Amino acid sequence: MTLSHTDALIQIRDLSVTFPSESGSVEAVRNVSLDIRAGEVLGIVGESGSGKSVTSLATIGLLPDSARVSGEVLYNGKNLLKLTDEEMSQYRGSDIAMIFQDPLSALNPVQTIGHQIAEALLIHQNISKSAADKKVVELLDVVGIPKPQERARSYPHEFSGGMRQRVMIALAIANEPKVLLADEPTTALDVTVQAQVLDALKHARDITGAAIVLVTHDMGVVAGLADRIAIMYAGKIVEQGPVNEVFAQPAMPYTIGLLHSIPRVDAKAGSRLASIPGSPASPVDLPQGCAFAPRCPAAQDICLSANPPLVQIVSSPDHAAACARVDQIQGLVASNKLFEEGPAHSPTKNESAVNVLELKDLKKTFPLMKGAIMRRRIGSVFAVDGVSLTLKQGQSLALVGESGCGKTTTLIEILNLVAPESGSITVLGKNAATISKKERLALRKDLQIVFQDPFASLDARLPIGEAICEPLKTFGYSKTDQRARLSELLLLVGLNPMHANRFPSEFSGGQRQRIAIARALALNPKLLVLDEPVSALDVSVRAGVLNLLAELQEKLSLSYLFVSHDLAVVQHIADQVAVMYLGSIVETGPVAEVFKDPQHPYTQALLSAVPIPDPIIERGRSRIVLQGEIPSPANPPSGCRFHNRCQIRMILPKDQQDRCSTERPVMKKSTHGEVACHFPIGAK
Amino acid sequence: MATKVKLEQDETFSRGKLIRVRFFRNKLAVFGLFGLAMLFFLAFVAPHLDKFKWDQLDFDNMLSPPSLSNGHWFGTSQIGGDTFALTMRGLQKSLIIGLLVAFFSTGLAAIVGASAGYLAGRTDRALMWVIDLLLVLPSFLLIAVLSPLYRGKTWLVFVVLLAAFGWMITARIVRGISMSLRERDFVRAAIYMGVPTRLIIFRHILPNISSLLIIDATLNVGGAILSETGLSYLGFGVQPPDVSLGSLIAEGTNDAMAYPWLFLFAGMILILTVLCVSFIGDGLRDAFDPGATGGQAK
Amino acid sequence: MLQFVIKRLANFFLMVIIAGTLGFFLASTALHPRSNYDGRQPPIPVTTIDNKLDGLNMNDKTPIPIRYQHWVGGLLKGDFGTTMDETRVNHEISTRIWVSLRLLLVGSILGSVIGVLVGVRSAVRQYKFFDRFHGISAFIILSTPVFLIAILIKFGAIWINTKIGHTLFYTIGEYSPGLEEAKSSALFLNRIQHFLLPTLSITLGGVAFYSRYQRNTMLDVLASDHLRTARAKGLTKRQALFKHGLRVAILPMSTLFAYSFGLLITGAAFTETIFGWNGMGRWFILAVHQNDINSVSAVVVFSAVLVLLSGLLADITVAALDPRVRLR
Repeated sequence: MTLSHTDALIQIRDLSVTFPSESGSVEAVRNVSLDIRAGEVLGIVGESGSGKSVTSLATIGLLPDSARVSGEVLYNGKNLLKLTDEEMSQYRGSDIAMIFQDPLSALNPVQTIGHQIAEALLIHQNISKSAADKKVVELLDVVGIPKPQERARSYPHEFSGGMRQRVMIALAIANEPKVLLADEPTTALDVTVQAQVLDALKHARDITGAAIVLVTHDMGVVAGLADRIAIMYAGKIVEQGPVNEVFAQPAMPYTIGLLHSIPRVDAKAGSRLASIPGSPASPVDLPQGCAFAPRCPAAQDICLSANPPLVQIVSSPDHAAACARVDQIQGLVASNKLFEEGPAHSPTKNESAVNVLELKDLKKTFPLMKGAIMRRRIGSVFAVDGVSLTLKQGQSLALVGESGCGKTTTLIEILNLVAPESGSITVLGKNAATISKKERLALRKDLQIVFQDPFASLDARLPIGEAICEPLKTFGYSKTDQRARLSELLLLVGLNPMHANRFPSEFSGGQRQRIAIARALALNPKLLVLDEPVSALDVSVRAGVLNLLAELQEKLSLSYLFVSHDLAVVQHIADQVAVMYLGSIVETGPVAEVFKDPQHPYTQALLSAVPIPDPIIERGRSRIVLQGEIPSPANPPSGCRFHNRCQIRMILPKDQQDRCSTERPVMKKSTHGEVACHFPIGAK
Repeated sequence: MATKVKLEQDETFSRGKLIRVRFFRNKLAVFGLFGLAMLFFLAFVAPHLDKFKWDQLDFDNMLSPPSLSNGHWFGTSQIGGDTFALTMRGLQKSLIIGLLVAFFSTGLAAIVGASAGYLAGRTDRALMWVIDLLLVLPSFLLIAVLSPLYRGKTWLVFVVLLAAFGWMITARIVRGISMSLRERDFVRAAIYMGVPTRLIIFRHILPNISSLLIIDATLNVGGAILSETGLSYLGFGVQPPDVSLGSLIAEGTNDAMAYPWLFLFAGMILILTVLCVSFIGDGLRDAFDPGATGGQAK
Repeated sequence: MLQFVIKRLANFFLMVIIAGTLGFFLASTALHPRSNYDGRQPPIPVTTIDNKLDGLNMNDKTPIPIRYQHWVGGLLKGDFGTTMDETRVNHEISTRIWVSLRLLLVGSILGSVIGVLVGVRSAVRQYKFFDRFHGISAFIILSTPVFLIAILIKFGAIWINTKIGHTLFYTIGEYSPGLEEAKSSALFLNRIQHFLLPTLSITLGGVAFYSRYQRNTMLDVLASDHLRTARAKGLTKRQALFKHGLRVAILPMSTLFAYSFGLLITGAAFTETIFGWNGMGRWFILAVHQNDINSVSAVVVFSAVLVLLSGLLADITVAALDPRVRLR
């Protein structure tokens, strides 16, 4: 059953972890057996609640006290689960080290990072304080922190997210561990920063030769980095094997569905997304059979009665899957009978002359305050600094960029429907600055929003029916009209109208987002603003929501303004794209063309940083890793905002370089849209 | 398929039921609830079962120790007043004052805090300045100074004063929560749907701070009783001839070594009352918000 | 920066002025110094009373705004006026303030230090016997009014004294009268014997209050990610707790301590009254009963200044201990 290997460093055998909870015991990890081999990168992939993080915490012995653990974690012939805290602390940080997801809360806020790294050295090595300090500087240098000598004396809050994660890596490799556990190390980061941090992680591996266990939900990240992967679902490993094999020939329906449901930035026109029905299994009250069976289109009686073990696949010795029908699955995939697919994406739709939304040179600044006790204004943050956009009726326009680029501020400015600080906002032909209060209210009917996090966007104390009816009530619909519309809306988004009296807490993330969409559609709006509508959702339900949005757009001829940092999602849903950097738009154009042939160096770098969930393609790509970090919008660089990080400018002659750093480029026609660059890529 | 249906029904049990289950699992909270019920019974029903009234003097039994035979269960005072009847009268007063003060101060805190937090800007700054000022003012001293004004008048003035100086801390917390609620997506969604401000406050803001208000109102009952008895002890609270637990204790301590029953019963009942209220408040907090104080399932 | 300090100071003075003004007006409206002379035998002539009250600036025949002007005039020269007993208010403050401070400082420092220790241990041993025992004890103490704690301690001590047949604890005053001339060691011991009970009554409340608070902040820190990181580095749970947890957990305590110190004067009123210490709190109680407007107003001003200074102190402590708010 277990695929034992001679060079296994850590052997996890039959590991089970349960937590007591109010609604019953949570079976977080169920009978997991796994080897971590010397020097390899093992990817553990799963959605939230799949048990991937708990498995890694159990390995390093940092589970909360309430956890009940059984099974073995063997290292050097010792069962680590049996050790006391004192004994285990000998291994933690020296043999096994860990990198956590959120580096801000994972670092002590009141100690300098130098002190914190030196402490890790002094615990396990018999060296002097000054030798440790010297080593700290070396380590910071290794993970790519500029001016390490100086930065060692800084506190965690003085670093950016990416830099903090580098500090965490430095901390983890300080004692050259044999195994490095990385729990979602880049999830909180932007793609370009993610690329930098993954680079630092690879570099750290090369230096220490440590095995890396990469725990993530991102198939793209494992495709680029992992040698082997283990897919977890509801606390169990459902498939395990060499990364190329699992991606090329997935054997478990869950893996297959996952791989077909992930939008890809390199997708071709007309591609479809498979959607996995239902929601991820709750780790409380798991069914007796296969946990995935209720969602599996290939499920039969046998799947409901017995929990299938992880068994080796005949054709390849290192590949195993836990599926009762593993022998028949390949046939079903081949005949395309497994998962239902959404509408094909056809980016070029009928051109309409009507503008639903028009922004002209929109600007928004915030006061920059300093000091927690002695607050005072010391400058301005140029959050949105001259944004012009046009969205045509029936189209979807995606505003993309990394955090802090001003995309969300732009969106809020539009939704506020008041006169902006500078520039103009025109919605459905009405200028926000000149409309009356009454007109503004009427305009709200046509302009609705779907927020990112469906857990925050629904009031926990209102039954979903009332939440959906709230806009109807505001605009004076009668009770009977409200009820009729409610059923209609719930059916439209694929929910049962009988459930209208239930509270949001009774629905999963994907269902809640459908409820939020139903609420936004209640008044038959013309323009829907979607703020990262799927990024808070589990991977397996994203495709379902994306397919729903695509269907709705077609059925109701909606226009979408779509804000996202996820370029793959944008590629799948948008017609037009506008790329933002530091408060302004650097490139616009039809998605397909811009993504195939980016004109602005930033667009190019951004696209190159997005990992593609295909190990062969991903490893064959040459990646542009940008230098430095996004500058603060309070103090933007002169000239072109991107000039100090630009990979193109570096190879330009001196006089042209000077132009970039002094003259701010304006939007001008490019091969397939507009671009704000003095030396666009296609022009060469 | 049958199991799936059952699961859905299990999940539909409401928030209210969950809170009740959590509350009644907490032994101290249940103790507090029963204790308080008993105290209310004692304060409002027991006096009718006693043959002596609180303002009635028994000249045959002065300074009698507690005794069942002469009917003075808690003994009598120097002038023959029945200590049990007096203590129950004092308990009545302390309970009523505690409840009223908590109700008014929490209500005021909710209104001021929610408007400051939700409306923000200038309203917020003005209200916060008032709160800061009131916190700087030594409220206990000011009520003491004002005590001659309500001497011989209704004790309701005293309630108003206690409430007027007791709402600021809760208001600050309410303001903080309202401010963060304002930024929450479901409130923003309502704003962008065109829902009027007044409705947003009543439909979204207040229901979402209701649990905090219930908890705080409960804990404020205890605080109000402590303030009331303290002021009455010093002679600045409930005025004679009426009695409160505080003024009873003050009178009883003059000869406490010789006649301990004069203050001990009042003292013990006072401690028990506040203790029960705090147990209930704490139990409510754990029930509404498990994890906030590490009060999860043991 | 400078502008900020000025703004802050201006607000500080504004608050003190409002507190003082309110104190004076409320005292002048509510208190009736004239009633002190009611019912004397033989009756004191009205003119004599008027003269006396005029001298004290407490004559109710003079409109309050005029008396307020007088009072402020004195304050500007640093003079709080005269008490009902014809002593200088300034003199009373300067002697009584030390009496109160001796009591409050020792009591509250002991209370917070022991409270923090108990709180930390309770958090570490959550739901064990130590935690449950102290949890219930703290609940009971916090549910007991300050005056009742003092009374119970006082009578407990008297009971012990009678049991052992020797005065181990003194329950009234700062030292036994007539002992001023005694040997300094004897006087010191006598002072300690007087000091124990009132300090205990202030300390108990402090321990209960701070230990509950410290337990909660400590539990938050125990569950925090950075403590997990410290353990991932190879520290044991205990080491991680003391090297990383404690400082972070004590941060909010320092603010709380500074803030509550400003409010202690209320508690002092009870302790001083019950144990017969002539501090600020007891003075205030007597002054209200004596209709002594000047003394009452002075204590109100003093207490407002104390609260504001404590707030300032809290801000400074946080800035000193927490690099996240430290000004660079």
